[in-house]
Amino acid sequence: MTSLWSRVEPLLARVRKPARYIGCEDGAIEPRHGQGKVAWLLAYPDVYEVGLPNQGLQILYEILNERPDAVAERTYAPWVDLEALMRERGIPLFSVDAHRAAGDFDVIAFNLSAELVYTNVLNMLDLGGIPVHTARREPSDPVVVVGGHAAFNPEPLADFIDVAVLGEGEEVVGEINDVVRAWKASGRTSREGLWRELARIPGVYVPSLYDVVYEGERTVSCTPRFADVPATVTKRTISDLAQWDYPRRPLAPLTEVVHDRLAVEVFRGCTRGCRFCQAGMITRPVRERPAEQVRTMITRGLERTGYNEVSLTSLSTADFSGIEDVVSSIVPDPTACGAPTVSLPSLRVDAFTVGLAAKVASGRRSGLTFAPEAGTWRLRKVINKLITEADLYGAVESAFANGWTRTKLYFLTGLPTETDDDTRGIAELAAGCVAIGKKYTSRASVTVSLGGFVPKAHTPFQWFGQNGVDELQRKINLVRGAASRGVQVKWHDPRASLAEGLASRGDRRVGRVIERVWRDGGTFQEWSEFFVLDRWLDAAAAEGLPVEWFTTRHRTEVEILPWQHLSAGLHRDFLWDDWRASLDEHGLPDCRWTPCYDCGVCTGDGLEHVVASPIPPAGGSQGTGQDLARGGDVPVVVRL
Amino acid sequence: MKVRLAYSKVGKIRFLGHLDMAHLWERAFRKAKLGVAVSAGFTPRPKLSFGLALPTAGESLVEVLDVVLDPAPSAERDLDDLAPRLSAVMPAGVEVTGAWVAGPQSIQEDVLATTWVLAIDRAAHDTAARVAALVAAPEFWIERERKGERRRDDIRPGIFELRTDFDPSVLPADWRSEVSASALVEAVVTTSGRGVRPTELVDALFPGDEPWNVMSRVIRTHQWIERTDAPCAPFSVRARKELPHEQRIAVG
Repeated sequence: MTSLWSRVEPLLARVRKPARYIGCEDGAIEPRHGQGKVAWLLAYPDVYEVGLPNQGLQILYEILNERPDAVAERTYAPWVDLEALMRERGIPLFSVDAHRAAGDFDVIAFNLSAELVYTNVLNMLDLGGIPVHTARREPSDPVVVVGGHAAFNPEPLADFIDVAVLGEGEEVVGEINDVVRAWKASGRTSREGLWRELARIPGVYVPSLYDVVYEGERTVSCTPRFADVPATVTKRTISDLAQWDYPRRPLAPLTEVVHDRLAVEVFRGCTRGCRFCQAGMITRPVRERPAEQVRTMITRGLERTGYNEVSLTSLSTADFSGIEDVVSSIVPDPTACGAPTVSLPSLRVDAFTVGLAAKVASGRRSGLTFAPEAGTWRLRKVINKLITEADLYGAVESAFANGWTRTKLYFLTGLPTETDDDTRGIAELAAGCVAIGKKYTSRASVTVSLGGFVPKAHTPFQWFGQNGVDELQRKINLVRGAASRGVQVKWHDPRASLAEGLASRGDRRVGRVIERVWRDGGTFQEWSEFFVLDRWLDAAAAEGLPVEWFTTRHRTEVEILPWQHLSAGLHRDFLWDDWRASLDEHGLPDCRWTPCYDCGVCTGDGLEHVVASPIPPAGGSQGTGQDLARGGDVPVVVRL
Repeated sequence: MKVRLAYSKVGKIRFLGHLDMAHLWERAFRKAKLGVAVSAGFTPRPKLSFGLALPTAGESLVEVLDVVLDPAPSAERDLDDLAPRLSAVMPAGVEVTGAWVAGPQSIQEDVLATTWVLAIDRAAHDTAARVAALVAAPEFWIERERKGERRRDDIRPGIFELRTDFDPSVLPADWRSEVSASALVEAVVTTSGRGVRPTELVDALFPGDEPWNVMSRVIRTHQWIERTDAPCAPFSVRARKELPHEQRIAVG
C-alpha cells in the first residue's frame, strides 16, 4: 500500500478547511499494515466535521486496531471542492490516517446514521475506484459493509453493498475480520464464497443471497437462495456495556467539528417507547454503564484530549440512574481553567432535569432545549411521549428561574391522527412558555423547531403513511400563523422529509432511484444547499416507481414489508399491537421499572435490562397513571 | 506571569487554520497541566494572545504566542521546561523553540516585518526575471474586496526585500524536495498597516495566475521587531534580530 499524500498535498491549499484531510488527531492510531492482517477503511458518508465525532466509528477504529490481525483507517466524504480536484487528477478516495487509496483496503465499512447520505455512499465508492454495483466487483475489490441505525433497512442499498450489519458492532467486527482473513489466506476465491461464510455470522445480512419477488408494487417474498442462509437476520447486542469501555483513546480533532467535546456514553438503549423513535426501538434493552466506569472514562478522556467539556451521551441521559452521582463527582481541576463543563444532550422534559442541567452548566446560560414532540396531550399519548403540559411548564419555569433566557422546543408534525387542533397546540404551548419566561426576564424567547415526521422501519409507525410535502407545509404554516410574539418558528424542509421517507422505507428498487440521483450530481443531500427534490421525483418517475406508494400510503397488516426478514428483536405482533394502541390513544409504560410487556428483545435474545438502581429516577417512569413513585421495587437486574 | 513562546509549524499541520490552532493551544496547556489565567467576566477566556495570523497552508519557523501562566513558573528551570512539555502534547510539526518572560508590549506592537520563503515551480516560471522586475517597479497596485468594499492598494512600499539569491540552509528538512525542485524567493514584507500576504506577492510576481497554482509552499522564516537603533525601512532593514535573542530575562 502506498500513500497518496504527495498527490493530495498540492491540492489542499486550494480547498476549504483543508485540515479535514490531514488526520493527525489526538487519538489517531498509526496504521500498521502487514501480511495476515485485514485492512479496514471505516467510512463516514458525510463531511469530516460531522463524521469525526461519531462514536460508533471511533469505537470500531480502536477495537480493530487492537487486534493483531486487523488494521483500521478512517475516511470521510471529501467536500465538493476537493472532490472536483481529485476527479480532475484521477486521485481516488483516500484514508485520512495514512492517505492510502480506498481500493487498497480489504473492507470498506460505512456508518449510516441517516438515509439521505446514501448517494454519498455511492459517490465515495465510485471516487475510490470501486464498482458501485456489488455484482460487478471482482474478488480483489474491497468488501463493502454498512452498519448503523439506517442499516436496519438496507434494502435500498442492496445492489451496492456486500454486507449489512444489524445492531452493535463491538463483537461482530471481530467475527467478520476472522472470515475475511481466512478468505484472503485462501487466495480470495469468489465473492459468493465469502458471502456464504459471512452470512453464517449472526447479525450479518448479505442481500445478494436473497431473492426478492415483486408483484406490481408489492413485495411478495424474500427468500434465501441457499439452505444455510438464515431466513431472518437478527441484530447483534452486547449484553454488558461495562465490558466495552470504548473509546479509550477518544479522537480529538485539530479542527472544529460538530460535537467538539469529550463524549462518554452512559447507557445504550431506551425503553420509554416513543413510537416515532427508531433509535429507541432498535437499541433495546437498556444497558447502563456503571457510574464508577463513567467517572473513570471522564477523567481519563479529559486528561488525554485536553477538552474541558464532556457530554454524557445516551438517548435520554437524565434517565441514567447514576446521573446525580456522576455529575456531583466532577470537580474543578485547579490546573485547567476551572471545572469541566458537563453537557447533557437529549434533556427529559421535567423540572428535575432542569435542576440537573443548572447544576452542571457553567458560564453563560443561553439556551435550553426540550422535545415535547406534539402539541396536545391527546397526540402525545398517540406517540407515547407521555409528557403533560404541567411537566413542560414546570421544566420551562425551572429553566427561566435558573437563569436561562432562551428555550427551544422540538416538535414533529405530520404525526398519525394529527388534527389541526393538535398542530395549533404547538403554538399554544410555545405561547405558554413565553408567558412563563416573561415573569423572569424581558428577553425571554422561545424557538419552535418543527420537523416533518418520517416513519421508520422497526417502529410501531412503520405502517403509517407519512404526510406529503403540501400537507406538511400547510401544517408548518398553521404553526407560523398561530405563533404569538416572542415565538420564533423554524422548520425542516418538508421536501427533504419526502426523499428521506422514500429512502427509509424503500425496497431494493429504490436503489435505482438513489443511483440516478447520485449520477445526476445529487451528493450531500443532507445539506440544504445541495438538496433538490425534483432530482428524486424525476429519478423515481424514470424508474416507474410511484413515490406516494413508498411514502404517503398506509401499509396493511398482511403486507410484507421490505425489511420483514430483518429483525431488531421486536415481535411484529408487538409492533402492530402498539400501532393499534397508539390509534386508540393508549400510552405504554417504560418497562425498565414496570413489568415486561414482551416486545421480544429481552426474551428473544436472553438479555436483561442492566440498570444500577431499582429505583426509577426522579421524574418517574413513563406511563399513564402507572408511574411508579420513587422507591418502588421493580424487577430489574441491578448492578451494585 | 506573561510568557512569550516561539514555535514552529511545518508539514501537514500547516493546513490547520489560525483559529483552530488557537483552540489547539488551549487544549495543549490543559494536557500539559499548565494553568492559564482566565479573563474576568461572564464567559472567562484563557489569556492567550497570538501574533500575526499565519495563513492556512503557510508554514513557519517562528510563530509567537503570549500566555499568562497561573501559577507562574517559579524558576528558570520551569521556564526552560515549557518547550519540551508543550511540544510533547502538540501534534507533529509543531515544536516549541523557546520560552521567555514577555515585556508589557503586545506581540502585534512588537513585530514590524516578516520574511517569507516561497517555493515556485521552476520549470513553468521565469522567477528571477520577475523578481528583478518587481524590485525595479516603483509601485504595484492590487485590488481586493474587503467587507464588501473594493479597495486599491499599492503594496510595493510594503515589500522591503525580494531576492532569489539567499542561503536556504534555514529551511526545515521537510523542505528538501522544494529546495531541489523549485525556484525559491525570499521576501521581507511589512506587517504593520497594510500588510502584504504571500499570495499577494505571488500575484505581484505572476499576475493573472492562481497563486496556489504557482506557489507550492510558503514558509515564514523570521519575524522582525523594531530596534531603537535601526528602524525598519524599505530595503534597508538592518540590525535585524530574531525574537529568540530578545528579552532573555532570568527569573526565580
